Amino acid sequence: MTVAFKIHAGDNVATLLADAAPGCRIELRGEAGGVLPVNERVALGHKVAIAAIETGAQVVKFGIPIGSATAPIAPGDWVHLHNCASGFDERSGGFDVVTGAGKDVAYD
Amino acid sequence: MTEPFNREWSGWLRSDGRKGVRNLVLVIYTVQCAAHVAHAIAAGEEDVQVIGFPGCYDNQYAIRLVLSLARHPNVGAVLSVGLGCEYTQPARIAEAVARSGRPSDAFFIQDVGGTRSSTDKGKAIVRSLRERIGRETPRVPMGFADLTLGAECGGSDGTSGLVGNPAVGRLFDRVVDAGGSAICEEIVEMIGLREVILARAVNDRARGELAAAYAKAERYCREVRQYSVSPGNFAGGLTTIEEKSMGAFAKSGSRPIQGVIKVGEAPPWPGMWVMDSVPDEHFMQFGYTNPNDTEGIMDLISGGSQIVLFVTGRGSVIGSPVAPLVKVTGNSRTFARMREDMDFDAGRVLAGEMTLDVCADELGAMVADVAAGLPSKPEALGHREYFVMYKHQDTPDLDRGCRSAA
Repeated sequence: MTVAFKIHAGDNVATLLADAAPGCRIELRGEAGGVLPVNERVALGHKVAIAAIETGAQVVKFGIPIGSATAPIAPGDWVHLHNCASGFDERSGGFDVVTGAGKDVAYD
Repeated sequence: MTEPFNREWSGWLRSDGRKGVRNLVLVIYTVQCAAHVAHAIAAGEEDVQVIGFPGCYDNQYAIRLVLSLARHPNVGAVLSVGLGCEYTQPARIAEAVARSGRPSDAFFIQDVGGTRSSTDKGKAIVRSLRERIGRETPRVPMGFADLTLGAECGGSDGTSGLVGNPAVGRLFDRVVDAGGSAICEEIVEMIGLREVILARAVNDRARGELAAAYAKAERYCREVRQYSVSPGNFAGGLTTIEEKSMGAFAKSGSRPIQGVIKVGEAPPWPGMWVMDSVPDEHFMQFGYTNPNDTEGIMDLISGGSQIVLFVTGRGSVIGSPVAPLVKVTGNSRTFARMREDMDFDAGRVLAGEMTLDVCADELGAMVADVAAGLPSKPEALGHREYFVMYKHQDTPDLDRGCRSAA
């Protein structure tokens, strides 16, 4: 079973140690235990929500806020550029969710 | 102290008391116009490496950086080569190096002739310098207490903060406990961690230095709208600068932070140090802080790091001059794919094959092997990427005693 690692007791996300497919159940390790179904494809190194996170609420990893939710997030959802934005970087929210490339600079 | 942190090997003793793990002749060009000749001089020559400053106009920051590399513990001798019309003066570099007890030489290409005659003259000089430092430099016992290690991360992914950087952090704890020094820079990758960083300060003085450096970095990033997180990081699973910062800061381990040093400055006493590589207030412009991994690695070397650890989840193919680069990944898939370039697979911790403590011990053994002369992968492949740029930092205060990297 694919493993996801919860680093700090206060975290509401866990990091995938291998790719997970939609509907796939992942085993939580680190500061959490149990099994959680993932709702969509989540790649190695990416984060999955292990609790519900309301719009505007903090996304917590390593025990610190790494950004805030820009859309409602359910347990098992992929947490990334499409639903989490930095509290510092004003370009955050303008990146392509798959490639990570900026969408705010014109190339023509 | 346990294996491998009680290991000893032979180092090269410099006149300032620092010890090198290599005994190199460094060719330094003083303007881009002299770059080809400098590289032609070093081509095919064992233990001869090149760095250079591309600009014609000199600048105190760049000169301080170049001199800290010229008088680095791994460097035994210097040849400085200029074209002949630039502001930056090869002869003055050679004089400063000579004052540090190292043999040195310098010439202008325009005085010697052209490409071939300058290359021939340069080759004769570096061969003579190499022979002399091989004969004259004292070999002395060296251990972890004599080491300053630097750590940089680049091409980070979700594994870097989970295990790649924590493995280096655990190694740094061991090195500090053994009486050595460790340096992290990348203050722009501490954005979002103000309280976390200040809590690590050894005392109020260090806390004040960290607070000032943090505030400057945050202001810099805000003003130039440039945060140190890239599309590759996003694709690797990192979502925000705060998340990347926390992973990056794990490189610093858990020991108290002694204070902040600037580029070109060596730690004034042993322990864990943070290097400020952000331009000072009146020179904040886009692209001047950590424009690429090589720039950060050069900064760490300028602080006297004899070996630099480079943590890269996604993989990288760079090396460094002056100090060997040891490439660590927390992603076993990256290690398998880029085995010829990557030195160490910390992803085995994630696979449950080893603990972080065992991983740090194994990494420490690799550092000791490289210090004893075993080439790291980038070294063996011939990677010697360098980057010396214009930036501005005010000259550091000298109120903490022996602060100059000279």
